[in-house]
Amino acid sequence: MTAQTEERVSRAAWRENESLRRLGACLFAAAVLALMTGATGSSADPAFAVTHSLLRPRILVFVVLGLALFALIEGSSRYGARLRTSLAPATAVRKRFFGMSATRYGVYLALLVLAIVLPLIVSNFWVTVLSQQIGIYVVLAIGLNVVVGFAGLLDLGYIAFFAIGAYTTAFFTGYPKTVPGQISPLPIHPPIHLTPFEVLPIAIFVCFMAGVILGAPTLRLRGDYLAIVTLGFGEIVRIVLVNSDNVPIIHKNFTNGPRGAFGIPHPSFHIGGFGYTWTLSQREYYWLLLGFILVLLFLFRRLEDSRVGRAWTAIREDEVAAAASGVPTVRFKLLAFAIGASTSGLAGVIFASQIQFISPENFPLLNSILVLCYVIFGGMGSLPGVVAGAAALIWLPNILRDYVPPQDRFIYFGALLVVMMIFRPQGMIPSRRRARELELAEGGIGGADAMGGPAGGAAR
Amino acid sequence: MCFTNNFWNLAISGLADGFLYALIALGYTLVYGVLQLINFAHSEVFMSGGFAGLFLVQFLVGSTTPHGIQSVLLVLAGTVMGALAGGVVAFLLERVAYRPLRRRNAPRLAFLISAIGASLFLLNLAGKQFGRLAIPVPNLYTNGTVFTVFGARVLTTYIVIAIAALIMLVLLDRLVAKTKLGQGIRAVAQDADTASLMGVDINRVISQTFVVGGLLGGAAGFLFGLAFNVQYNMGFIPGVKAFTAAVLGGIGNIRGAMLGGLLLGIVENLGVACVESAWRDVIAFLILVLVLMFRPTGLLGERLGRSA
Repeated sequence: MTAQTEERVSRAAWRENESLRRLGACLFAAAVLALMTGATGSSADPAFAVTHSLLRPRILVFVVLGLALFALIEGSSRYGARLRTSLAPATAVRKRFFGMSATRYGVYLALLVLAIVLPLIVSNFWVTVLSQQIGIYVVLAIGLNVVVGFAGLLDLGYIAFFAIGAYTTAFFTGYPKTVPGQISPLPIHPPIHLTPFEVLPIAIFVCFMAGVILGAPTLRLRGDYLAIVTLGFGEIVRIVLVNSDNVPIIHKNFTNGPRGAFGIPHPSFHIGGFGYTWTLSQREYYWLLLGFILVLLFLFRRLEDSRVGRAWTAIREDEVAAAASGVPTVRFKLLAFAIGASTSGLAGVIFASQIQFISPENFPLLNSILVLCYVIFGGMGSLPGVVAGAAALIWLPNILRDYVPPQDRFIYFGALLVVMMIFRPQGMIPSRRRARELELAEGGIGGADAMGGPAGGAAR
Repeated sequence: MCFTNNFWNLAISGLADGFLYALIALGYTLVYGVLQLINFAHSEVFMSGGFAGLFLVQFLVGSTTPHGIQSVLLVLAGTVMGALAGGVVAFLLERVAYRPLRRRNAPRLAFLISAIGASLFLLNLAGKQFGRLAIPVPNLYTNGTVFTVFGARVLTTYIVIAIAALIMLVLLDRLVAKTKLGQGIRAVAQDADTASLMGVDINRVISQTFVVGGLLGGAAGFLFGLAFNVQYNMGFIPGVKAFTAAVLGGIGNIRGAMLGGLLLGIVENLGVACVESAWRDVIAFLILVLVLMFRPTGLLGERLGRSA
């Protein structure tokens, strides 16, 4: 062997060294973390923030953190197996305890009681968070879970259906042209005046149809086309809402544009002699939402185990085999997409009548990705998971709101998505079936999504 | 028709937009070729190129507007800097958001989610680091009418974009057709398993494909900045449109991406004449949906792994 080839071999060996690679990854992560938590820059002096984050003594803290992480990973790869064996009895007891159905139902019951009394205990700020953020977004997350978790599709314009639901409410709670002297939320007049509860079925239907219309051309093709089409759709709906105060060619005001719709009535119902009207009290809205959430959880739990749910599972696990067994795959994918959309519409109805004033600002594209974060973090396909995920990821930024600037939230959410996909794709509270599918897919069996086969060029 | 009296003006500005879309679309199409995945974070690669080029020319340009050979060199420097930044970001992106998942043979959904996460991360990190306001690129040349076509003015910026884009498009075409890397890219796109059996280092080819796409995207970012502004969220809309262009031409088809980009730019600009400019993005989206409905393989057809 000549000296030259020897040197090449040793260089390759240096690059292939696992420990060194890990060290590099840890230091890279430390630098990224330093940037994430560093100063906020301004457009006038764009270089300021980077130098402040990377060239000040504070970078040393992150280097030490990175080294500590490296030591931890190295240690666990060497001694982890031994540690796990010594902990095995405790893990077994824990699994046994939580595996019992009595324990599980006990925990659920306790959580339900807690959820009901929670707004009576906490401060007003948190009641508002519970009703306006957690309540609404849990409904959204449960709906998106049908698309992402049950059917294995990716919907990145989910908020658009939320907006459609809200604007449908604004439209139908207005007054017909024949009723003079009444102010409608939107400048256009519906055929009949309805209360928000009566709008619910209409909004659900409208969003269902919107989902079908959007999904039908795209779902016949590759699954990942759906992702980018919905991404575009989410933005388009917002643009249409902003600009429809003067629609080209016919020159008519439909949506009030950026000014939005205002004066959407609170929901109320009258059955027989009994009537009830919601007011500004956030507590009552929270309970209303809790009721909807429980109904949805029940319905979707039933759906998961129904023929439809089994069809989704079949499509996820092996689309070709499912189609060969007579499952109409496109129709079931479309159904999942439309059910997700209509759940989003339902949330939109409640949201519109809850805050009474909606504008396109309420429906930015980023919120679609936020809902996706909640679902992924909690555990796609797992109903308790997505509820917990949404609650936790809304609770956290509210706790940290004095320490982290609100726009920076999305940096962390983005990083969270990547990290979850690398280390724990099944989420915090995984659905057992989904977790196993992901595991099997990684072993080369089945798909775990409805995208038509695993990504090409997989590393071997 | 609404665009007939202004046809040439619109067509020329549309062509300039189209060159940019083509450059970005190539990034999507290349990555789609080797991975069969939409690289959702490609719009952030574009954005990083814009910022890198901007910082370099901000550093180089004095208070007066340069001219002559100085302008040419400055534009070149900015474009190269943008391309380099795009390449680096695309490389890191592949390493962090794609390779760990590929090693594990993760489902496709996982790739899309991690790419979206990376996109969200880069977008907002840039917003935090560089501020959230639009930053104009300093004047590198005196922007004026160079010549007219049927009365339509052709601005300097259009010419700069067209020349830079044409050079890159030709280089890329030759790269994929003639070089060893191009051969590798085509082999992986045709059949990754077989390619690896034939001794192609798939990981290396995929990594280099990302870098090539990133170089083009980053350069496009700087050129876009020249024509418009540089802002942390500048990538999103051109990203979706460039993807539309890639689908329009036939995804995986390199010449298709070029054609699709040019066509989309022109059609969009002509369409804006009929509605207001606020509806511009709706047009591109409608084109995407219509293509998917009626000709999902695109105008030139999908040709994963063919050289032209």
